[in-house]
Amino acid sequence: MTGRLARLIAGAALVCSLVYLLAPLLVIVLVSLSPSPVFELPHDALSAVWYRRLGTLEGLGASVVLSFEVAAAATVASLLLGTLAAIAVVRGRFAGRQAAATFLVSPLMLPGLVIGIATLQFFRSLGLSAAVPSLLLAHVVVVLPFVVRTLVAGLARFDFALVDAARTLGLSYPLAVVQVMVPVLAPSFVTGALFGFLASLDNYPVSIFLTDVYHRTLPIQLLQYLGESPDPTVAALSTLIIALTVVVLIVGDRVAGLNRMAGVA
Amino acid sequence: MRRPGLVWLVLPALFYGALLFALPLALLLIGSARGPQGWTLAAYSRFFAGSYAWGVVARTLRLAALTTLLSLALGYPAGFALARLRGRLQSLAVAALLLPLSLSVIVKAFGWTVLLRRDGVVNLGLQAAGLTGAPVRLLFTETGLLIGIVNIFLPFMMLPIYASVRQIDRLLPEAAATLGGGPLHCFLRVVLPLTLPGVGAGCTLVFSLAIAAYVIPTLLMGDAYQTLPTTIATAFLYLQDPQRGAVAGTVLLALSLLVVGMSAHFAARGAA
Repeated sequence: MTGRLARLIAGAALVCSLVYLLAPLLVIVLVSLSPSPVFELPHDALSAVWYRRLGTLEGLGASVVLSFEVAAAATVASLLLGTLAAIAVVRGRFAGRQAAATFLVSPLMLPGLVIGIATLQFFRSLGLSAAVPSLLLAHVVVVLPFVVRTLVAGLARFDFALVDAARTLGLSYPLAVVQVMVPVLAPSFVTGALFGFLASLDNYPVSIFLTDVYHRTLPIQLLQYLGESPDPTVAALSTLIIALTVVVLIVGDRVAGLNRMAGVA
Repeated sequence: MRRPGLVWLVLPALFYGALLFALPLALLLIGSARGPQGWTLAAYSRFFAGSYAWGVVARTLRLAALTTLLSLALGYPAGFALARLRGRLQSLAVAALLLPLSLSVIVKAFGWTVLLRRDGVVNLGLQAAGLTGAPVRLLFTETGLLIGIVNIFLPFMMLPIYASVRQIDRLLPEAAATLGGGPLHCFLRVVLPLTLPGVGAGCTLVFSLAIAAYVIPTLLMGDAYQTLPTTIATAFLYLQDPQRGAVAGTVLLALSLLVVGMSAHFAARGAA
């Protein structure tokens, strides 16, 4: 009796949690499809008028391009640095490799705004004031922890004897790595890169101190729109961001599986 | 295969982290304690003079504590139920959890500004349910802020709890029941202790994220509600007073490190 009641309460909490978590997403999609300009809900007519007006949002195109460029460059750089570091941490036998891994992941646990102002002051003291190079350099710090975390976890699970086995069966060492190790580790690469890419794309606490009037990343631009005049055009833009996130998750699910992406498998 | 030479591979990343992460943070700490005449804590005593800054720190900690408690109250049973789901239903629920988790915080905060309006869905629902006759003011109130901020951080509580419940052998509670333990006894003595690492990880994550939250308080409460993160941003972006920002930043950094350090300490003691 007690057990059944507890299960009922837990189930209700799960349903409530999921409805609660998805509510802000759902309301944005609905508002973006409404013909009304004042966020009126519920509405009975569908309209694409706010999507057609996306072009009128000043500075949107430039901020999207800048955000994708910064996120792509930071992700590539992080994959290079992070892969090497993860191999060293998992395969090496040197002192302090656990500390090295903790250090590389630590930006995830520290307040983003503090990293942002520290980076701003550091760049100022070096005389670096150009927005784009500042963003590129700082976003590697944002993306790298995601890559290191998933790759260290993936490599730790990988059985390196498989590479030796492939070599015994006649493959050269590089070929053994490409044909055996890369396919097994691909999910970790993709998960780390996807989450890192999204983190850079969504980053505001670091970017807000490094952008200027001419170079705004998408989140900073979005905050700007919300501060000025939030209208359903911003909801249309937000719906596109939701759609992009859905696509990223579907790709991640196909490659790595949802539980692995959630870090619980 | 295991060679000491592998240490070279970690050096580029370490060098990068040292130069663009550790050094700037160190310089921030140093800058907060330097005046024209060398080392001084003048900026700290200026910051903490009067009750304003203490209020800011207290408000930041209170908000983070409330967020953690509410997330735990909802996230523990929910994470539990999630782990007991099977097959496609579980995949669907995990997907429903990952989508908001991966989505831009600004988009979610925007959704809440629409939901919490006087004529918003939450108020319509309250009135339809007969809970209130007139629209309730939710935006720019602490209730509204908590609704929004728990929404952002709840997945970070649910996932570690979900992971810890998944690892419990389903036969364990049965074994306890066979040995004569009632359901409550079995939960308190067998299941709950096994989920504590997940609870600890979730609470640490939510608390350290919540003390650093900036977008949600800014959009749902406005500038009058000053926490450490909003104080840092205001000092740099509007007041042009970097030292005040550096002091607030150092305080926030110290709080984060304290939380993470305490959690690591307890986790190590729990594992020992």
